[in-house]
Amino acid sequence: MSCHSTDNWHEVEGQSREILGEELAAFIGGCRTGDEPASHLIAVLHKVQGHFGYLGAAHLDAVAQLLQVPAAKVAGVASFYHYYRLQPRGRFLINVCLGTACYVKGADRVAQKLRDELGITFGETSTDGVFSLEASRCIGACGLAPVMTVDDDVHAQVTPDRVPVILEQYLQQTRRETERS
Amino acid sequence: MSQKQQVRVTIDETELTVPAGTTIMEAAEQLGIYIPRLCYHPDLSLAGSCRVCIVDVKGMGHFMASCSQAVWEGMEVQTTSPVIRQARRDVVELILDNHPKDCQTCERDGNCELQNMAYTMGVRERLFEGRRKQFPLEDSSASVVRNAEKCILCGRCVRVCAEVQGVYNLSQHGRGFTTVVGPAALSPMDESVCIQCGQCINVCPTAAFLEKSSTERIWQALADPALHVVVQTAPSIRAAIGEGFGLAPGTPATGKMVTALRRLGFDAVFDTDLGADLTIVEEAHEFLARLKEGPLPMITSCSPGWINFLEKFYPDLVPHASTCKSPMSMLSVLAKTYYARQKGIDPKRVFMVAVMPCVAKKYEAARQEHVDETGIPYTDAVLTTRELTWMIQCYGVGFRALPDGEFDSPLGTASGAGDIFGTTGGVMEATLRAASRLITGKPGPRIEFTEVRAVEGLRETYVAIGEHNVHVGVANGLTNAKVLLDQVASGAKKYHVIEVMACPGGCVGGGGQPYPPRGVKVLDPDLLRKRGGALYQIDEGKTLRESYENPAIAELYENFLGEPGSEKAHQLLHTRYQAKLPRGIR
Repeated sequence: MSCHSTDNWHEVEGQSREILGEELAAFIGGCRTGDEPASHLIAVLHKVQGHFGYLGAAHLDAVAQLLQVPAAKVAGVASFYHYYRLQPRGRFLINVCLGTACYVKGADRVAQKLRDELGITFGETSTDGVFSLEASRCIGACGLAPVMTVDDDVHAQVTPDRVPVILEQYLQQTRRETERS
Repeated sequence: MSQKQQVRVTIDETELTVPAGTTIMEAAEQLGIYIPRLCYHPDLSLAGSCRVCIVDVKGMGHFMASCSQAVWEGMEVQTTSPVIRQARRDVVELILDNHPKDCQTCERDGNCELQNMAYTMGVRERLFEGRRKQFPLEDSSASVVRNAEKCILCGRCVRVCAEVQGVYNLSQHGRGFTTVVGPAALSPMDESVCIQCGQCINVCPTAAFLEKSSTERIWQALADPALHVVVQTAPSIRAAIGEGFGLAPGTPATGKMVTALRRLGFDAVFDTDLGADLTIVEEAHEFLARLKEGPLPMITSCSPGWINFLEKFYPDLVPHASTCKSPMSMLSVLAKTYYARQKGIDPKRVFMVAVMPCVAKKYEAARQEHVDETGIPYTDAVLTTRELTWMIQCYGVGFRALPDGEFDSPLGTASGAGDIFGTTGGVMEATLRAASRLITGKPGPRIEFTEVRAVEGLRETYVAIGEHNVHVGVANGLTNAKVLLDQVASGAKKYHVIEVMACPGGCVGGGGQPYPPRGVKVLDPDLLRKRGGALYQIDEGKTLRESYENPAIAELYENFLGEPGSEKAHQLLHTRYQAKLPRGIR
């Protein structure tokens, strides 16, 4: 054949490897050459989220190319499972308990206050990148209801009024961290 | 060989024996029982998502979806009863619950499967008033418009895109109430791997997928006295348009279609089939050159959905595509050069409308490869068969009573080889008719090459022409095409020429063809065969059956193009394609 190559695979593969990094690319490469590459999709997504903290559109596309599973399928799976985060995680992860005990003690009002203060809803990250908000069903601390956690800190008997105070202490911590760096 | 195990079941008090694995719905059909269904399609995988086809299975305590539940030994099924009737009506009412209430102004009014289902099930009042879906209209694509608010999540589009076309552009994203169908990352359709074939539109039971309408622009053009509005109709339009006016599928309606177009006010009515004849002459020359210099196989390039697929999914095979423009694009070029000059009209005043069985043609018309040196597209607007049908109805033209009309010269005479372009294997057969004459230097001993009519979707064979034994492959539906393309990419097989049509059955099954009449499934192989049969019938009825014999083509070369493969022909009638992103997973 006398014509020059119109194949763009090396370019597409190179970009995908760059997005995910060599270690993940090698792992996915192993999955791809085995039987039923698509059956490894969930495990691959776990690993990618473990590395980046979330699954962005570019990560998902790169997974699709390197695993050779259609991008729509990858995105469909990632958006179906509650565990996968499609947006970057903030510096702090807020988890407000909406289990029965917390709920009857007013967790819904706490949750609403959090959404109002941060301007986001569950599964989202505040525009300044400081907070991500999640809701969970019972964290096993019903005696302290209503409860919210910020990373590993547990805040007990939270009222809507206390929400801004709690948030402020993490904002201060973020400011200190920024100054130091 | 072990015989498949048989099971005995009782359906509505009648006992029958069927092979294990048969579904309740299939078994019931053997007894002549038609269970209502919505998400089910016989050519697609089972979804079991709509729950309309529920039946009562003794001892289960809950209804079961008959489309997806296999029968078991001794199963007793009741397909209908007052309770089941009520339950099915409730199911449909719940599907309607968050569906817009705009039937009268909806594009699918009168041929919407959901509307029809609601009527059939007896929903006369909407008792449930749920939250409505709110999604923006997605109309970034030149061809396909997505209205997620009308989607009932039956998943047929997702399945046809993956299973029939091998494109996998669509998926259901998210969960529960906010579930939405779309491309990866819910990106705009024109940034996705969508190839714009429009099969999602064909299988959608509602108006959640539609073609991007061009009718308004055409009404405006027709009303503009400064414009000379010309129209061309693709081979497969004449084989399908009658269906929109109650003619039986497979009834050729060429003459009525031509008259209807004149009544709409078009200044000239041309035949894309002449463009097809020209494509064949150019392509046969290209093929002879490639037999000597490669690259082989040469792959046909008439189907714009296929070209989109090639550029995104098989970019390595792009050099194999024939450089010939499609019949539509060739004819449009001629209308604005040859015809305009002959008529003494400024080409800028010529407004070229193409009636196509295809939504991807809307994209082809807008491609940079098909604009003139001042940036004006050669094809100004593309109408689907459905859009033209509506325009004829809207204008108050009584189609069935129309007298037969004739296409206008100089772009109106076509051979039978041009007609059969509209069905699978047609381009191949037309090419073989022409190549046969070109190689042997005389009219071929054979006119018909029935062995390339790939009605089943995929075919490979050898055809003897002179001393050549030509290895040909024909595929329709891109999942079928992938089989041939993978063989080419890996070098496993050495074809000389391959015909690919993106849509099942070729253009007769295109994404812009009429929605089938009630009771007939879209993509029904029988319906596609009838439409294809109409084209073979037209071909057989002609004395002109080979592109080289067409006097209009001879005249065109003599007065305008020079000879096949000339510099002028190359400049006007040929083009090249390139790899495009995003790259599809094949």
